[in-house]
Amino acid sequence: MTAEEAVARLDSGMTLGIGGWGSRRKPMALVRALLRSPVTDLTVVAYGGPDVGLLAAAGKIRKLVAAFVTLDSIPLEPHFRAARERGAFELMEIDEAMFMWGLHAAANRLPFLPVRAGLGSDVMRVNPGLRTVVSPYEDAEELVAVPALRLDAALVHVNRADRLGNGQYLGPDPYFDDLFCEAADTAYVSCERLVETAELTARAAPQTLLIKRHTVTGVVESPNGAHFTSCAPDHPRDEPFQKAYAAAASDPAAWAEFAARFLPPHGSEKDYRSAVRTWHEEQR
Amino acid sequence: MTRRNVTRAEYCVIACAEAWRDNGEVLASPMGLIPSVGARLAQRTFSPGLLLTDGEALIVGADGVTEGWLPYRRHLTMVTGGRRHVMMGASQIDRFGNQNISCIGDWDRPARQLLGVRGAPVNTLNNAVSYWVPRHSPRVFVERVDMICGVGYDSAAAAGPSASRFHRIPRVVTDLGVFDFATPDHSMRLASLHPGVSVDRVREATGFALTVADEVPDTREPTAGELRLIREVIDPAGTRDREVRG
Repeated sequence: MTAEEAVARLDSGMTLGIGGWGSRRKPMALVRALLRSPVTDLTVVAYGGPDVGLLAAAGKIRKLVAAFVTLDSIPLEPHFRAARERGAFELMEIDEAMFMWGLHAAANRLPFLPVRAGLGSDVMRVNPGLRTVVSPYEDAEELVAVPALRLDAALVHVNRADRLGNGQYLGPDPYFDDLFCEAADTAYVSCERLVETAELTARAAPQTLLIKRHTVTGVVESPNGAHFTSCAPDHPRDEPFQKAYAAAASDPAAWAEFAARFLPPHGSEKDYRSAVRTWHEEQR
Repeated sequence: MTRRNVTRAEYCVIACAEAWRDNGEVLASPMGLIPSVGARLAQRTFSPGLLLTDGEALIVGADGVTEGWLPYRRHLTMVTGGRRHVMMGASQIDRFGNQNISCIGDWDRPARQLLGVRGAPVNTLNNAVSYWVPRHSPRVFVERVDMICGVGYDSAAAAGPSASRFHRIPRVVTDLGVFDFATPDHSMRLASLHPGVSVDRVREATGFALTVADEVPDTREPTAGELRLIREVIDPAGTRDREVRG
């Protein structure tokens, strides 16, 4: 399917998990399609990067569940900062291990999983809904009960996939993409290249088959679909473009210009790629 | 090697490296330039058992050879399993070692949004956590942090035995000196001064009452071999001098 078709299956008010980590292997083509869609009022669950920044800037986030938002080589995400500083959305700020166990709980159909993390920190203060449990064994330890982070839909980007939804990562880190898919009722996987099933293991080990088709609703072929985040080994992060993004995001007038050029409301992914190409030529 | 040849940045490297002395086979997770140089120095000299990553998902030996795979989710197991000693940064840190990297001001509507809690809560409850502050100032060393991300000794104690069970903050290293919590109430203590820094200067740069002994030792001198490793092998480009000048 196309990114537009995937996004057409999403509704306003949904809880949406977005894979990748920081400014790494983010399903940016799907996020861009989401930006062009009327879908809004989202609860976004992510190891946040520019996906969160862009959706926040577009006013599409009602609530964010995250441990951080970063662009990696640029530590602070300007749109996220601005949105937080103007109180633009509700935030469930939890530790990154708590976040992982919340996804595990959802994937395993458990209401919560116990973790030590969170105790003694202000994560407990700013999330008054968080509860603790006492171990029923002799140790009687008090632990945080991280609630399941069940998702209506997940969006992830991988290197290769087949039409059935078997997804493969070829980079060094799976991040939590399979967990996002397993924690979700529906999942849309974009990939650098759509291949025949046999081709997936022709040159790579079966351990690279991260995402299983039974957890996937739709597959979108989107070369460079993680741009400007990294998608090793297919492409590194586009650092000059990320720099331009961050500079524009720090200033409303500059952002309006940037958005009009690269993310126009009636544009397409193809238009985006061509605008980026032209921009790079201008930089030479 | 005479003292005047050693830069402040190099004393900081030594002070960071010392954090990992006698740690055994644990993952050293340095955040920041100088802690990275320090961890690599420790691995190449007195703590050869240390595990270090390439900053992504690989564990690499001192010679650069890949010896393991450590993606984020496995990294979190190293954290909770306790086989790790991280040196994190701090936008704010207080007298009992509570640390903040989330936001400045009221959390509900921060004056300045920063990174977010990241893994500070899980780190501090499960493995040794030291801190690195390249510019020691009263804005960083505050009476009370705005958001407790890394858990300090008082907060861990208040949260109960499950929180304090594996909690440990071995040291805080700054451009001025080394600090620890080796006091009866686990409040911060000046453990050593980098040569050329006075106690008064540290006091002025600290926004809370610091425990200071009558005699404060200097941060130790690097050996000739350590200086050569830092300057010629680990950081020949001198990136350390950009993080701490002088």
